Amino acid sequence: MTQEIANDSVNPSSKNYLNQETTIKSWLLTTDHKRIGLLYLVSITFFFLIGGAAATLIRVNLMTPEGALLSADTYNKTFTMHGVIMVWFFLIPSIPNVLGNFLVPMMIGARDLAYPKLNLASWYIYIIGGMFTFITIIAGGVDTGWTFYTPYSTLFSNSFVIATATGVFITGFSSILTGLNFIATIHRMRAPGLTWFRLPLFLWAIYSTSVILVLATPILAITLILIALERIFKIGVFDPSLGGDPLLFQHLFWFYSHPAVYIMILPGMGVISEVITCFSRKRIFGYKFIAFSSVAIAALGFLVWGHHMFVSGQSVYAGIVFSFLSFLVAIPSAIKVFNWTATLYKGRISYTTPMLYVLGFIGLFTVGGLTGLFLAAMAVDVHVHDTYFVIAHFHYIMVGGMVSAYLAGIHFWWPKISGRLYPEFWGRLAALLLFFGFNLTFFPQFLLGYLGMPRRYHNYPPEFQVLHVMSTLGASILAVGYLLPIFYLLWSLRYGRKASKNPWGATGLEWQAATPPPQFNFHSTPFVTEDPYCYLNEALTEIDFKPQGEVHD
Amino acid sequence: MNNTRFSFFPMQASTFASQVDWLTITLLILCCIICLIVFGLILFFGIRYRNGSPHSRKIEKQNQQTVEWSWTVGTLVLFLALFTWSTVIYFQMHAPPSDSSEIWVVGKQWMWKFQHSTGKREINELHVPVGKPILLTMTSQDVVHSFFVPAFRIKQDVLPGRYSRTWFEATKTGEYHLFCSQYCGTMHSDMRGKVIVQSQSDYQNWLQSNPPIKIPTLYNRLGCANCHDRTSAIRAPSLIGIFGKRETLSDGSTILVDENYLRESILNPQAKIVKGYPPVMPSYAGQLNEEDILDLIAFIKAQKATQENDPRNSQ
Repeated sequence: MTQEIANDSVNPSSKNYLNQETTIKSWLLTTDHKRIGLLYLVSITFFFLIGGAAATLIRVNLMTPEGALLSADTYNKTFTMHGVIMVWFFLIPSIPNVLGNFLVPMMIGARDLAYPKLNLASWYIYIIGGMFTFITIIAGGVDTGWTFYTPYSTLFSNSFVIATATGVFITGFSSILTGLNFIATIHRMRAPGLTWFRLPLFLWAIYSTSVILVLATPILAITLILIALERIFKIGVFDPSLGGDPLLFQHLFWFYSHPAVYIMILPGMGVISEVITCFSRKRIFGYKFIAFSSVAIAALGFLVWGHHMFVSGQSVYAGIVFSFLSFLVAIPSAIKVFNWTATLYKGRISYTTPMLYVLGFIGLFTVGGLTGLFLAAMAVDVHVHDTYFVIAHFHYIMVGGMVSAYLAGIHFWWPKISGRLYPEFWGRLAALLLFFGFNLTFFPQFLLGYLGMPRRYHNYPPEFQVLHVMSTLGASILAVGYLLPIFYLLWSLRYGRKASKNPWGATGLEWQAATPPPQFNFHSTPFVTEDPYCYLNEALTEIDFKPQGEVHD
Repeated sequence: MNNTRFSFFPMQASTFASQVDWLTITLLILCCIICLIVFGLILFFGIRYRNGSPHSRKIEKQNQQTVEWSWTVGTLVLFLALFTWSTVIYFQMHAPPSDSSEIWVVGKQWMWKFQHSTGKREINELHVPVGKPILLTMTSQDVVHSFFVPAFRIKQDVLPGRYSRTWFEATKTGEYHLFCSQYCGTMHSDMRGKVIVQSQSDYQNWLQSNPPIKIPTLYNRLGCANCHDRTSAIRAPSLIGIFGKRETLSDGSTILVDENYLRESILNPQAKIVKGYPPVMPSYAGQLNEEDILDLIAFIKAQKATQENDPRNSQ
């Protein structure tokens, strides 16, 4: 009773997107971008837990040199499932489909995405693809690695290659449709006054990501079809005994999968730009450089796939070109890190949970990015290619970086999403556990890799054991860091303090809508009058920011 | 040998090892400097400009463009230097010295097979002499494997249907890990072996001991001589001195006779016919495994042209 009264005092109109309708049908048939964002939140969390369980089995198995827990075959299926699920069913949809869905229309002052029904269709396609993959696990799994290298995947593997590939193929269409939807929305539905250079940097990142989703994903679809054709009809595409070329597969696969790596980090960079400027109470440093570096990453990302193939037997001269371009693609990422650091200068910094995740992101992403230089340098790559060095490198970026950014975003926008505040103490604790657990898990893997421990090994020579045990210990701390937010965020849905409209004093249009927002976000079309991030770092008054636009409720 | 000592760097046992390690150490130092600057600044700003601290927030006029362009160009110059350095070493890794001795390698699920120039074979163990460049010509019987010796800092994928090469010169006697580093199926992690580096005299002794069992050469068994012998009635190109020659093909183009061309000519003889010869050779695909083909190629390579037997001298 008292709760309801409190609710009314915060949100007098009382009807919001969460309680407008409450039937299960209203959720399953919703076209509201915010509800669809939540559908994704629940489904990707489900897949994250499955992928995480696979990671746990892997780490426990590697505690001993003999690989005591799993048989070789089970181990191979476990790391394959870990990769397939984490890449296609968690990382790629994580920030774009959860936070992107929730925020793109709100940040540009629109009522919804350009194609709301298509948006719902994306989610159903994702779920169908996900179920295919899930059923494959139950039926017996697949053992090719997430990379599906031929001719192993086409002629030698006796596991469910086609079923898994079909799941990934289907989910690809979800990515394409979501990308299209974001591109159309950002082009056509910006509120009056919201010019391209007034867009929040999160939207520049999402826009660049969407371009990659639309252009790269079809290549993956084609490649998976070719695998199925060779496997079923023995059409020689990749297998040399049928007249095919195994390197062709690697070119096609990485032509998709390298840009996909940027799908898995660019949106995270967008979140960082939003959060760091808010909690520094200072305008972002180098807006245009950060915006264009997202575009540069998206463009250059298409030209570096051959750096996955320095030891594959591709031409030495091709290797040189790819190495050069790989060094170039590192520059825009470096620019972003420098600009974020400069944003802190003369700010007024407060250490809320999202900010701790952001600082953790910068630390882990910087280490991940710098170790990428070792891999771009061909002479070093020859030694560390396909070892734990590579594993550590991309986990620093995609797990250390992207998951930190995702959690920063979830905490930052949680008040807007749920109407409640998360418990700050537990939030900070989880952020710190994640940071330390992550480093303890993956730093030893850099050393393992340089010492020569190959990846995808079910057992290993005994001298590697010490570092593997350290890594497993770290992973158990990391697991606590990941599980904590699930518990306290669920707890906060019922017991968390009610959130006001703009608890962080942030400038974005989404903070001008009611909390939680009504079904169509704004009662009238917002009018944008300011550049983004008008935080007044010199002000000592209570109001130290100017909202990006006016909204009349 | 001190295998048990914990070390951050793997053993250095080839001429590449110290070159690669120096590049790695340089990269490591540069990365540490960058980390110190970035993390140091974050820590410094984070403490000095924490919410509520008394320091002035007034920002004096700054030239933001200069700052942006200087760190962009600075990063670019640094990266170009690293790129050049690493590319020079990579080039060496792909330029085997002409006096290398050749060893043939076949990878198959899940073992490594080696054949030395004398015909001596071994499995999952590779004996090599110290201080002598060794050229490995490698192929796979089934899926993609990768030949990886951490102590040598070399790695090269081994593909079905073609030959890939790598080379090294061992600098220290001892036993070193050999790993398959490209995932190749169920027993991938058991596709391991060791490289045994011996002094040159020990290696010679090892080569002589247990000489390889004489097998009837495939060349005779398959009847190659019926056509390829100079005295035969059916005309086919003589194999003497053919390796490394440039041949003119029936369509007028030329081709260098190397391992890949010989392999293709055995398995798919009609693909590239030498000019002036009828396309009559049958395919041997399916009758030979990869090791047989390597034997034949080794045999052809051994048919060096001398004064007496060079076909060009006896027309």
